[in-house]
Amino acid sequence: MLITCPYCGPRDVIEFTYQGDGNRERPDPASQNFEAWNAYVYDRLNPAGDHNEIWQHSGGCRAHLKVVRNTLTHEISSVAFARGDHGSAARHKAEDKA
Amino acid sequence: MAEYSAFSLLANALKGNKDWKPAWRKPDPKASYDVIIIGGGGHGLATAYYLAKEHGITNVAVVEKGWLGSGNVGRNTTAVRSNYLLPANTRFYEHSMKLWENLSHELNYNVMFSQRGCLNLAHTPAQFDDYARRGNAMRHLGVDAELMTKTEIKRLIPALDISDSARFPVVGGLMQRRAGTARHDAVAWGYARGADRRGVDIIENCEVTGFLRDGDRISGVTTSRGDIRARKVAVAVAGSTGRVMQMAGIETMPIESHVLQAFVTESLKPFIDTVVTFGMGHFYMSQSDKGGLIYGGDIDGYNSYAQRGNLPVVDEVMSEMLALFPGLARVRMLRSWGGVCDMSMDGSPIITAGPLPGMYLNCGWCYGGFKATPASGWCFAWTIAKDQPHDLNAPFTLDRFHRGLVIDDKGQGANPRLH
Repeated sequence: MLITCPYCGPRDVIEFTYQGDGNRERPDPASQNFEAWNAYVYDRLNPAGDHNEIWQHSGGCRAHLKVVRNTLTHEISSVAFARGDHGSAARHKAEDKA
Repeated sequence: MAEYSAFSLLANALKGNKDWKPAWRKPDPKASYDVIIIGGGGHGLATAYYLAKEHGITNVAVVEKGWLGSGNVGRNTTAVRSNYLLPANTRFYEHSMKLWENLSHELNYNVMFSQRGCLNLAHTPAQFDDYARRGNAMRHLGVDAELMTKTEIKRLIPALDISDSARFPVVGGLMQRRAGTARHDAVAWGYARGADRRGVDIIENCEVTGFLRDGDRISGVTTSRGDIRARKVAVAVAGSTGRVMQMAGIETMPIESHVLQAFVTESLKPFIDTVVTFGMGHFYMSQSDKGGLIYGGDIDGYNSYAQRGNLPVVDEVMSEMLALFPGLARVRMLRSWGGVCDMSMDGSPIITAGPLPGMYLNCGWCYGGFKATPASGWCFAWTIAKDQPHDLNAPFTLDRFHRGLVIDDKGQGANPRLH
């Protein structure tokens, strides 16, 4: 399985660490909505087909990536930075402000 | 009278083996049943068997999308053990062990259960202490466990590298002598025959495509072979749990499906007569009666419904094998395969009535489902027949996650890929 890192290009899966389901939304840390926390921690969509997930290129640039991968075929249809403002673009913005 | 005996084998051999009956019928589905069990794997078949035998409920159909034994019951590494830390798990798996000990006799079918022991290797003094704690917890509940020294281990497994120059030197180990292996296909076939002879319809090549409802209540299934109604619908589909529950309108479950690989080498002369596990990674190995070494390691670690894995885990498993047994470096691997595991959020199973009226759920076996087969079927049958759990499966509810009652034997947290 190859994952095409937006920085580093296509790399073997061994360079990446799976960080799990990317569909989950963490409640506000101050939230006391237990059901929302329970759902975030324990409940999964677990689809057979396209799955939104988070990987980290831990053996490379260490960027966190948002990957859409098919759980039946292992085919990867999209890879993007987990944050829209992640990486060099964000750093440049910060430098501009400085 | 027993269908298989020394006499029947001899009589049939003399008649050219032409008079054997098929081990189970191939019936067409009826319009309705008392109970439908979705999933003709080990757990589904065991459930059908115990429903008929223990509870007298014989108007039962087991519907299976493929053929019997095409899923995880034929894909595991056949180890049977009850060496858990937490009481809920220990009691449940020990009940399973006791059923295993009588299973060939009970089913009149040789499941080749072999109590050759299971040895967990410790590689640090702290890990050895931890094993002592688990061993004590087991003995406290009446399960056998003994600590073994390095010398005793070397005598038991001469091929094991216990030298101080090993990559992870062995300090000692925790042995459960009553643990062992069983012939996995025979378990499926034995339960199937036992259920069939008591009147259960086993319907193969019959894929469930949806659920029938009567108001809020689940009242049957739609399948590739037509609609089938039932008062009770039981789901025992392991890695397909998410898919089947979504057909019933349940979007999320405390389950992720992951792929686990397993491997077998060419046949060797007797090499190891126990099950051994590596303590510094995740690796386990035993030798089949045919001579092949059967072994495996971790799940691949990402969600998958593909019954095949990737090379990094293959590489890791082989490295672990060689760390323990350098002498196997030139043995050839014959086959590898993958099975889809229903990894739960605490590493423990779910056997419960619900979550919908008329529905019963059995899932979350992670990659430990094979050894649980008899107790899983036994407890699930009890739950279906009596509409309440037996004491043994009462802790294994679906709502335990939201209620803070998780049963996390390894203490890994809600992280399915680490269980």
